[in-house]
Amino acid sequence: MKQGQHVKDSDLETIMGSLLRIGVLIAATVVLIGGILYLFQHGRAEPHYHTFSGEPKDLKNIKSIFTEVFKLQSTAIIQLGVLVLIATPIARIIFSIVGFVLEKDYLYVVITFIVLGIIAFSMLSGLAG
Amino acid sequence: MSVLVLTLIILLGAFLAGLIGSLTGLGGGVIIIPLLTLVLKVDIHYAIGASLVSVIATSSGSAAAYVKEGISNIRVGMFLEIATTVGAVIGAFIAVYAETNMIAVIFGLVLVLSAALSFKKHAEIIASKPNRLAALLKLNSSYPTAAGEINYTVQHVPGGFFMMMIAGVLSGLLGIGSGALKVLAMDNIMKLPFKVSTTTSNFMIGVTAAASAGVYFERGYIDPGLAMPVMLGVLAGAFAGSKILVKAQTKSLRVVFAIVITFLAIQMIYNGLNGKI
Repeated sequence: MKQGQHVKDSDLETIMGSLLRIGVLIAATVVLIGGILYLFQHGRAEPHYHTFSGEPKDLKNIKSIFTEVFKLQSTAIIQLGVLVLIATPIARIIFSIVGFVLEKDYLYVVITFIVLGIIAFSMLSGLAG
Repeated sequence: MSVLVLTLIILLGAFLAGLIGSLTGLGGGVIIIPLLTLVLKVDIHYAIGASLVSVIATSSGSAAAYVKEGISNIRVGMFLEIATTVGAVIGAFIAVYAETNMIAVIFGLVLVLSAALSFKKHAEIIASKPNRLAALLKLNSSYPTAAGEINYTVQHVPGGFFMMMIAGVLSGLLGIGSGALKVLAMDNIMKLPFKVSTTTSNFMIGVTAAASAGVYFERGYIDPGLAMPVMLGVLAGAFAGSKILVKAQTKSLRVVFAIVITFLAIQMIYNGLNGKI
């Protein structure tokens, strides 16, 4: 039985590994496109990073990022790529839940749900203000 | 300095950070943040946000390569991710309210610790003592070696869990992967084989960073103008590093890297104490 479990584990991991790589590739492509556009739009401007002022509202809210992306706003395209990147490990967790269900390992289904819940809490709780 | 010049400098620096990070196994964040704050005078909150993005990129990007070797322990990883994600959220929350110079001093201290840990000798002792909690959580497993499959058991689960929570806090507070601390928890405390520890740690880093990245994103600490060159540079560097990995040279490289890191750490602490960061 132990052997069987091990084989399934490595199958799962192979799929997960490719999933992560595809996610990173998509994210990097989106960021690259946004980045080239960004240098055309803002390349000659003066940077402003010495003092922290936080990003404008339309660059930290998912809905407004999408609106700006369709206006070809380069900074919003980069943010979209960053969001895809943040989503890759989360996708891996969701995929793990499916895997553990298939293996009938309900202890780890619960454990994985806890991890997912903590991440969801960090993003949706408004902890960030 | 125009945005274009700044972007090119960061791109080059991030490439080097990714390259050296992947060759030494220390990760890119430990170089990116001093580069941005000390050299380019970027506010440390922006630097942490950009670094977190690169941490997720390298962790997820290299996971596929590690997975092929089939030695990471996904149950140990998933179980300990409860600790690291809780820690990461706490760390990100502290960072929101912490003074920048305090973050700089803590960063410097963690940097010294990471450099020191990279020199630790790793005696490969396979634990075989039965452990009730580890058995209950199905953490015991086996891994392939040249001599065939070797079974190992996991020890001191609560201690490892606590250490992981600290690693998570530091990751969320400083924007680094804190891989060195994760390995310390699994290798030293839980007695996992070293190779299993490093690959499992790499698998966990992306999830930990994603937990705090959400908080940073919402707070507006992730700036596209910085995240873009940092992420692309580190990814390209890490990819190049994985292609040219030559075992014989990593030891001397590690010595050089440790010296550079210690120097950066002193700078971070000095500037932090003087309120210049």
